[in-house]
Amino acid sequence: MTTVYVPRDSSALGLGAERVAGAIQMEAAKRNLPIDLVRNGSRGLYWLEPLVEVATPAGRIAYGPVQPGDVAGLFDAGFLEGKAHPLCLGATEEIPYLKNQERLTFARVGITDPVSLDDYLAHDGYRGLRNALGLDPAAIVEEVTASGLRGRGGAAFPTGIKWRTVLNTPAEQKYIVCNADEGDSGTFSDRMIMEGDPFVLIEGMTIAGLAVGATQGYIYLRVEYPHADAALNQAIAAALEAGYLGDDILGSGRRFHLEVRLGAGAYVCGEETALMESIEGKRGMVRFKPPLPAIEGLFGQPTVVNNVISLASVPIILDKGGKYYADYGMGRSRGTLPLQLAGNVKRPGLIEKAFGMTLRELLYDYGGGSASGRPIRAVQVGGPLGSFMPESQFDTPLDYEAFSAIWAVLGHGGVVVFDDTVDMAKMARYAMEFCAIESCGKCTPCRIGSTRGVEVIDRIIDDQDRAKNLALLRDLGDTMLAGSLCALGGMTPYPVLSALNHFPEDFGEKSVAQVA
Amino acid sequence: MTQTEWDRDAVTEVIEQKKSMPGALLPILHGIQDRIGFIPEDAVPQIAKALNLSRAEVHGVISFYHYFRTTPPGKRTIHLCRAESCQAMNSEALEAHIKTRLGIDYHETTADGAFSLEPVYCLGNCACSPSMMIGHEVHGRVTPQSFDAIVNELREFAA
Ligand SMILES: Cc1cc2nc3c(=O)[nH]c(=O)nc-3n(C[C@H](O)[C@H](O)[C@H](O)COP(=O)(O)O)c2cc1C
Ligand code: SF4
Ligand code: FES
Repeated sequence: MTTVYVPRDSSALGLGAERVAGAIQMEAAKRNLPIDLVRNGSRGLYWLEPLVEVATPAGRIAYGPVQPGDVAGLFDAGFLEGKAHPLCLGATEEIPYLKNQERLTFARVGITDPVSLDDYLAHDGYRGLRNALGLDPAAIVEEVTASGLRGRGGAAFPTGIKWRTVLNTPAEQKYIVCNADEGDSGTFSDRMIMEGDPFVLIEGMTIAGLAVGATQGYIYLRVEYPHADAALNQAIAAALEAGYLGDDILGSGRRFHLEVRLGAGAYVCGEETALMESIEGKRGMVRFKPPLPAIEGLFGQPTVVNNVISLASVPIILDKGGKYYADYGMGRSRGTLPLQLAGNVKRPGLIEKAFGMTLRELLYDYGGGSASGRPIRAVQVGGPLGSFMPESQFDTPLDYEAFSAIWAVLGHGGVVVFDDTVDMAKMARYAMEFCAIESCGKCTPCRIGSTRGVEVIDRIIDDQDRAKNLALLRDLGDTMLAGSLCALGGMTPYPVLSALNHFPEDFGEKSVAQVA
Repeated sequence: MTQTEWDRDAVTEVIEQKKSMPGALLPILHGIQDRIGFIPEDAVPQIAKALNLSRAEVHGVISFYHYFRTTPPGKRTIHLCRAESCQAMNSEALEAHIKTRLGIDYHETTADGAFSLEPVYCLGNCACSPSMMIGHEVHGRVTPQSFDAIVNELREFAA
């Protein structure tokens, strides 16, 4: 019996993986060749999806991108024995794009059957939880602190410090909330974890619960991710059944329950306090801080809110130790960051690497340049609130501090590539429009300022009173920066003013203005 | 406005099932929209009563979230991504094609009731931009040609 892998990742499905899986099953039946078809997650090499793998004595051999029409030919060529075929890519692990990564958080994604607990356990799953069960809460927090892990959701706040606050705040009930709202364009690592290795997130949240004394967890998942919803619920049921969740985790007498809650298409609900309002059944309005969620969070109780990748990085830290994790990275950016390469790029996908690689290496060594074959002109890193970066900044190392130093943000590690046909004035307009559409409405600079911003940019594009309107746009940027309660209004000036500063010619300006 | 007929039993069932959850309002709204496709205006008093909220509060929540709708959708809803990565891969041209092809704008439904069109801001499918989602199925690297093929297939399937 040969094991064949066809991803169930939603992006692979979006390129025809389901029909490929069906075709492989039919062809195998027709030829009387018994196969075991495993629906794995994606390896994250999306230009090769659907990527089919075959287990051979020499390891897993990859074929891709496979379309249903290729399947008969693959069988003819003997792909079940890993034989040659024009679509054969050789040993999966030897493909340079994958081989040169440092996969800690994504160690299992694309390898295992995501909803099989046995497979998870066979690939080192739940070792972190077992270790955590032998430690007292403060020692778990200490391990996470030692790892240097900073929140991967955007703000890069040290996870250990957040957990310590919750641990030290006495309360009857505490909560772990996973922020799975992943609203940024160009980001999909949360989705890949939830679809490709949901147990690692469940394990991370369970450890977080043990660390701070929380017995209930919520995964706040965006409604745009139905496949993640299905995988998470299947995995939660399996974990509960086997005693990895519930009232008596592995016979320890410790309790932790987990539930998925769906958002409803509002970007601002990724902001942690708006997110909690939403779970509570309200409009997703941002709360004033203080109080911090760690002290007064969900339903007024101490709450850990962490991003999917932050929580999914915890099991390996508890398995191999904080130091093991911290040994990757540069400066104050420790460990690895799953980078997501998207937009106009030849080889888009997921690249997990220690902090410190340059943007240029990512764009060209991994990405292979633009998809269109035209020069790359601009790159937006960190989602819709991130700066646009010109070619002159491509040598910046991927590190939180290096990015802040040039008024850019690494955020969730999403990288969107644009070729030289991009109109940066239009992109600036879009950023303002996005802010206007998604504003929660609590502060005036964000709610009204963004609408005015769109109008001002329209006038600039129309060449009406250009100098005056450009000055107005900068003023508006300053007001939004200074006068907004959260980063939606407060960071919209990043894409807008970076576009203006680095690409003034698209706004009809000749000289390069100084960086804001 | 004429009242649309909807399944009152389904709504009651959803409310009864979920009303005791902490923060039950979103799960209830999702449950109703999953069952009957939208959240009828005149279900609001019933929801409000079950959760001990004012009608204005319930209404405020429904209108805050882009995903909830108060009118029946077409047989299938096409969620087209408008975000940056898809823009970098010509989603604007695709958007124009789709609007012409279906003869509708965003938030509208085709005359035959087959398709509704809604914008979304990222489907997490950015490595395969431009993207759209129909029902629970994501489609990647969508071109005007592949869009037509998908829509034709769905139309035949529905007929
Ligand atoms: C407008 C806005 C949207 C956000 N969206 C997300 C998101 O989609 N996912 C996320 O993890 N964090 C998001 N954040 C950051 C969260 O508020 C919060 O910092 C994060 O969830 C904390 O988790 P971490 O420490 O693990 O990063 C957003 C923040 C703002 C202001
Ligand atoms: S900046 Fe915008 S989204 Fe944030 S709290 Fe103010 S109005 Fe709401
Ligand atoms: S930007 Fe369109 S799917 Fe992410």
